[in-house]
Amino acid sequence: MRWLLIKDLQILRRSPLLVAVLVLYPVVVAVLIGLALSRGPDRPPVAFVNEVPKQERLEIGGRRLDLVSARDRLYDRIDPVPAANREQAIESVRSGEALAAVIVPRDAVRKLESRFERPRLEVYVNEDDPLKARLVDDTITSLVTTANQRLSRAFTSVLLRYLDLLLRGGPVTVLGQQFDVLGLKNVERISLRAAAKLPAGAREREQLARVARFSQLAQQNLDLTDDVLAAVAQPITVERRTVNGARVPLTTFAAAMAVAFSLMFVTVMLAAGSLALERSENVFSRLVRGPVSRGALLTEKALLAIVCSLAVTLLMLLGLGIFIPLEWDRFGLWVVTLTVAATAFAAMGLTVGALARELSTASLLAFALLVPVAFLALIPSGVVSEAVYDFSRVLSALFPFRPTLDAMSSALYGNGALGAPLLHLAALAAAFGLAGRVALSRFG
Amino acid sequence: MGTGRADEASAAPAWLEGKVVDSLADGGPVLWASGLVKRYGDRVALAGVDLEAGRGELVACIGPNGAGKTTLLTILAGIQEPDEGQLQSRAHGLGWVPQHPALYSKLSVAENLRLFARLERVGDVDAAVRRMLAQARLEDRAGEQTSRLSGGNRQRVNIAIGLVSEPEVLLLDEPTAALDPRQRERLWDFITALAEGGTTVIYATHNVSEAEHHADRVLVLADGERLFWGEPEELRRTVAADEPRDFETAFVAFLRQRGH
Repeated sequence: MRWLLIKDLQILRRSPLLVAVLVLYPVVVAVLIGLALSRGPDRPPVAFVNEVPKQERLEIGGRRLDLVSARDRLYDRIDPVPAANREQAIESVRSGEALAAVIVPRDAVRKLESRFERPRLEVYVNEDDPLKARLVDDTITSLVTTANQRLSRAFTSVLLRYLDLLLRGGPVTVLGQQFDVLGLKNVERISLRAAAKLPAGAREREQLARVARFSQLAQQNLDLTDDVLAAVAQPITVERRTVNGARVPLTTFAAAMAVAFSLMFVTVMLAAGSLALERSENVFSRLVRGPVSRGALLTEKALLAIVCSLAVTLLMLLGLGIFIPLEWDRFGLWVVTLTVAATAFAAMGLTVGALARELSTASLLAFALLVPVAFLALIPSGVVSEAVYDFSRVLSALFPFRPTLDAMSSALYGNGALGAPLLHLAALAAAFGLAGRVALSRFG
Repeated sequence: MGTGRADEASAAPAWLEGKVVDSLADGGPVLWASGLVKRYGDRVALAGVDLEAGRGELVACIGPNGAGKTTLLTILAGIQEPDEGQLQSRAHGLGWVPQHPALYSKLSVAENLRLFARLERVGDVDAAVRRMLAQARLEDRAGEQTSRLSGGNRQRVNIAIGLVSEPEVLLLDEPTAALDPRQRERLWDFITALAEGGTTVIYATHNVSEAEHHADRVLVLADGERLFWGEPEELRRTVAADEPRDFETAFVAFLRQRGH
């Protein structure tokens, strides 16, 4: 087996174009897949619950805001998932039916009308898939920005009226009582007149008292200006909560995907190609008639694919580590995960190679299989119908890519359990190994 | 056993293990097969074929397309198992040369020989490689990748690989199929020399005149059945008792007589 392995490495060394394609192609495809998927659907499914009592109307500065048309505009941007209450909305996120749940709390209108408090929009997101989380972030941010712009215009109008009052004076109602505000211009006029007429120690004390009260009121109004300005800038805030998983930066997820895709591509292509090569070169019958058993030949090809793909993906991680933060203290877990995943991919590649029986057919078959397998595994929930999504999940479970992605996410940054995907991969390795051995019996 | 000879156990057909009924007596045939049957689904590729070959003997297996020649050789080589029948051998090693050159095109001539010498567990690998390069007259092409060789030279490397472990029996499937007349002549000189040196050679061919000139005994197969087993001259006599005929005409007449 050792001599066969050395022979295969020798052949690889003499095929620089093949090696370049094996290394560069998966990197390019991984980047393209990442870019394509990061766009997401145009109208993400979102469960929207408005807890504000129906009889409440939003009025800012005496002007009523049309909440119905605001809801219609929201529904133009999202695919609304029906939810009667907060619990149903959160459950729809947990089940994958909705990408997020947006809940408007019951005190939202009261806080907005108070002008000093900012209502907090609650957003529930399933963080299992960072792509989905990113999509929800983008959508919610866009929606809240639009709402804030509309509210900001209303608050600005109120602010302008206050400023006008301070400048010119006039009647104002505060807590049901009407006051006559003097205004800065009147202060100026009265002060100038008083100053012109004032003999020392006269009755002008009353006028001076009015000046003092205006000064006090002006100070109070100016004190409130900070809060009003804050409300104008961002009337609604968002409180983001996670239903499942942990928040994962998209760049780190992209790293896990690039590694998983490269591992799959290099391992499957090498295992399938190197096995089929033995038959294309007509050497298979010469080998298995004595010097090498079929089992040993499969083991050697698997070993070749695992060693090469491990080298490629570990180098890729080292390279990625320059640009994105990776937890290097988890290096041991990376190696274990990559080895188990590479074994499953190698078994899959051997099955492809044994079924194809010829080098170009094996390469074509492997190539035709790998890209759909990757895309199937990356379909986010809510993008397609529930039935199609469930079907894609079942199909993905039959190939090692999805469990590899889960295992790599866990190994790289501790997102989710590592044991379950590794066991899944081990089961797939055994199943594909058996299938490959059976296919090889009709190989010669 | 020569210095470069492979370990006997490693070169014997794997499926023979536990199936050899008796050891062949010294001086008797090196290889003996009886009642070999092979089926592919409903199709019978071999229908109870018998065969024996002595030391240094040249045996030609001829017959029309689909007669079962390659199936018989692959069973003798241990690549396939028969469904029925017995096979006995007392040969030290068995070399297999498939019809199409079975070698790695990205490796050089010497690297191919070295690899198979190692896989066959030959004692002195370098000596075996040197010997085969000399025998195949390929010393000056030793470092060349086999993809750059002519068809004739690739076939010589193919045969050299089959001989690298110095087997006592050499099985060749259509060894001259892709060669021009000059290359064929050289190859037969090479094979004849091997047989004179004591190597038993069993080969399949479509070229009937090769069987006439380069075989001690001929096995004629058609539709998996053994139609004839004997010397080439005997086959000619069977058909052409009354008039002189060339071997190929006699062979075709023989097949027609037997309904093929």
